[in-house]
Amino acid sequence: MQLGRVVGRVWATVKDPNLNAHRLLVVQPLTPEMQPAGKPIVCTDGTSSAGAGELIYWCGGKESSFPFLPSEVPTNATIVGIVDELQVQRP
Amino acid sequence: MMIGRVIGDVVATHKHESHQGRKALLVQPLELDGSNRGNAVIALDAVDAGTGDLVLLTMEGYSAMTAVDRPNSPIDMAVIGVLDLIEIDGRPAAHFFPAPRDH
Repeated sequence: MQLGRVVGRVWATVKDPNLNAHRLLVVQPLTPEMQPAGKPIVCTDGTSSAGAGELIYWCGGKESSFPFLPSEVPTNATIVGIVDELQVQRP
Repeated sequence: MMIGRVIGDVVATHKHESHQGRKALLVQPLELDGSNRGNAVIALDAVDAGTGDLVLLTMEGYSAMTAVDRPNSPIDMAVIGVLDLIEIDGRPAAHFFPAPRDH
């Protein structure tokens, strides 16, 4: 999983039917020091409550479609947690 | 799998139910010379690792969710071992294990 911040949202009228009713959020991946880590991506939302500006963590790959089973949602990135607190201690 | 250092953890109250009851660790993947290899990631803990530990990290879903005993879950990384020794070219890689500081 990786850290990220919700920075936007996209809408699509025409899309794969299995994406219907799923929110599509734009996420900027972040380092633990809150610096951008790569380019923004579009994520489905496995928490169904992640909102603009929130610090989240997301799961990539095939596993990111598992929160929606048995529906086979065509996603490769899904928000799976909303971060309350980070503890970072680098050596 | 990769070598990594646990640099912290993530507290999240609202998360996928399969993540409940497992620590979410911040892990910095490392190169063999000890430098950072890309950005830190979040991995679920299968072996009770803690901050400062040198660990073995799997970055593949099936093995990760099997290790933390959460099949068919949105888990793509897990800490699956705490490393005691690393040997490279026949020599112990001491730079991974700095001597403990006196307190």
